Amino acid sequence: MKPKIGVFSFTSCEGCQLQVLNLEDELPALLGQIEFVNFREAMSEKGEDYEIAFIEGSITRESEIEELKRIRERAKVLIAFGACAHLGGVNVLKNFHPQGTWLPSVYGRTDLFSDTIPTKRVKDVVPIDFVIPGCPIDKKEFLRFVQGLLLSMKPALPDYPVCVECRSKGNICLVEEGKWCLGSVTRAGCEAICPTYREACAACRGLVEEPNIESLCNILMANGLSKEEIQAKFNLFNGLEAIVIPP
Amino acid sequence: MSHDIHLHHITRVEGHGNIVLNIREGRIEELRLEIVESPRFFEVMVIGRHITEAPHITSRICGICAISHTSASVKACEAALGITPSDTVVLLRKILLNAETLQSHILHLYLLVAPDFFRVGSVIPLAKTHPDIVKRGLRLKKTANEICRILVGRHVHPIGMTIGGFTKMPTQKDLQEVRKVVEAAIPDMEETVRLFEGLEIPEFNRETRYCSLRDENEYALYDGRLYSKDTPLTEVNQYREFITEEVIEYSTAKHVRSGDSSIMVGALARLNNNHAHLLPEAKEAAARLGLSLPCTNPFMNNAAQVVESVHCIYDSLRLLDLLFEKPHSPASLGTELNSVPPKLTRAGLGVGVVEAPRGTLYHEYGVDERGMIQSVNCIIPTAQNLANIEKDIRAIVPMILGLPKEEIERTLEMLTRAYDPCISCSTHFLEVKFVE
Repeated sequence: MKPKIGVFSFTSCEGCQLQVLNLEDELPALLGQIEFVNFREAMSEKGEDYEIAFIEGSITRESEIEELKRIRERAKVLIAFGACAHLGGVNVLKNFHPQGTWLPSVYGRTDLFSDTIPTKRVKDVVPIDFVIPGCPIDKKEFLRFVQGLLLSMKPALPDYPVCVECRSKGNICLVEEGKWCLGSVTRAGCEAICPTYREACAACRGLVEEPNIESLCNILMANGLSKEEIQAKFNLFNGLEAIVIPP
Repeated sequence: MSHDIHLHHITRVEGHGNIVLNIREGRIEELRLEIVESPRFFEVMVIGRHITEAPHITSRICGICAISHTSASVKACEAALGITPSDTVVLLRKILLNAETLQSHILHLYLLVAPDFFRVGSVIPLAKTHPDIVKRGLRLKKTANEICRILVGRHVHPIGMTIGGFTKMPTQKDLQEVRKVVEAAIPDMEETVRLFEGLEIPEFNRETRYCSLRDENEYALYDGRLYSKDTPLTEVNQYREFITEEVIEYSTAKHVRSGDSSIMVGALARLNNNHAHLLPEAKEAAARLGLSLPCTNPFMNNAAQVVESVHCIYDSLRLLDLLFEKPHSPASLGTELNSVPPKLTRAGLGVGVVEAPRGTLYHEYGVDERGMIQSVNCIIPTAQNLANIEKDIRAIVPMILGLPKEEIERTLEMLTRAYDPCISCSTHFLEVKFVE
């Protein structure tokens, strides 16, 4: 029996779903091993008999809470799929503004869509079994994860920082160049793709188990960033993670 | 005849939306294209952030048109900061926009539209019955993704695009690799034209106002002024004179009008406005697809997407030739703006407009002298098409009322899907329920 998979999208850009469709070479073989029963972006058929649910997106409406709970009841395995589901992602940025300002600033009125709530992670609403991190997810990591599931092996994420992958690629360190980068405290597994393209790691995959925030902050402050600026960088994807910048 | 049609969460579109249609005695009593995608409040999220972060944050509006959002964003930032990117940077951005247009159109044509023509529910059964077609679609999609990978790391949330240029400038070798990838796609593109030549398009015409960018010298995707046949050419920073947004009670995406008219944006609108600038190969494809321009059949938007895909392939080769002719100037290298807190800031207001795959995309930011964003406006292509889709449904329903209800549903979903709505962007989509 092929495992039956449902892909469900909440508040998100749907880019993580697209990353699955971006597995152009592997997709035909993948479809021989698993069965998508619910994948609204790609198919009209809608099955409710899924065993594994991939949840994309954050929870930002009362109605989404009920829908997510319903999926959790049906699924044996539930996976937070991508940074929005895992960490809240960029959707959390609105939480830093008073809730009363959201509707007026976009719609000019407050009587519509009023079930909007502060952004929550999936784990704030239902228990999760696994995480596939990233904004967007790394498609190779998704493949490894599915291979693991098929072999009944518990998928594990690396618990070393992005710096390890970045160094092994021979990249010039952005922090050593006097810039900012959160790679030294961020969970690896992305092959350090951002610093490889000379862009700072913004910790979209979340932090390693024991991040040395203090040491990183000292270096970033020496590079000219204020505490507020460092906090703002962490807030890009980790606004719900209560990361404390030392005094 | 009376029908209550509730297409709840339209499928094979990007995002969540519903069509509600009540027909009594052959007359439409109620019609709504409801957009129920959760609002994301990007216009709030970006307030108080540094302008250098705007391209990365707003890219997250949409996974499918991430390059377009990033392009509109960097252009708006540059306009606000008074930065002019080099010609090399502009040529590279145009190749990236071509790649995204190709990727988005191919995804829509092969994965979302083709199942309608073969009367299956999705690409998954299609992969069993017509594996060659699906594999070809995937190869073409990969072409576009490879171009983006080489130039900016990936397509979904491009890494290297930044204000002023690129964080990592592609090398000559990178460009040669891009050329190989593009050239290799030509036979598949020709087969694509042949495939869509044979597909039946419903006969339905309704003229509307076609809006797009227009450029004097080329088929406008990256640059130009705002154009429709009924309005004066408008500079992008005067966009509020060209279109107006309004809040609709049942739609988390706003509706957009030009004057008193609903508008159509996207591939067909662009072809209607700018077909004279298509490259010869694309003009030939249009002729083979029976697309005579201007065209007022919204279902032909699918054919228009095929034509633009051909154009994007050959135009990318043209742009690569231009890039090979000129050496890379050091000034084109990515600025250091997004490193330490930038010094290069001033208070200002900037508008950036590009043609995203689904139509004209507007970003506008106001920044203070510290480079902190104080005001934001983003207008998304799908929001611009919503009022027009409703008008099309209103016009087509009397023509199809005699059909079995499954056919009515199928036709309405096909019509909506022809616009390739991207609802995550515009703030999702359809299930039809009949009550007799």
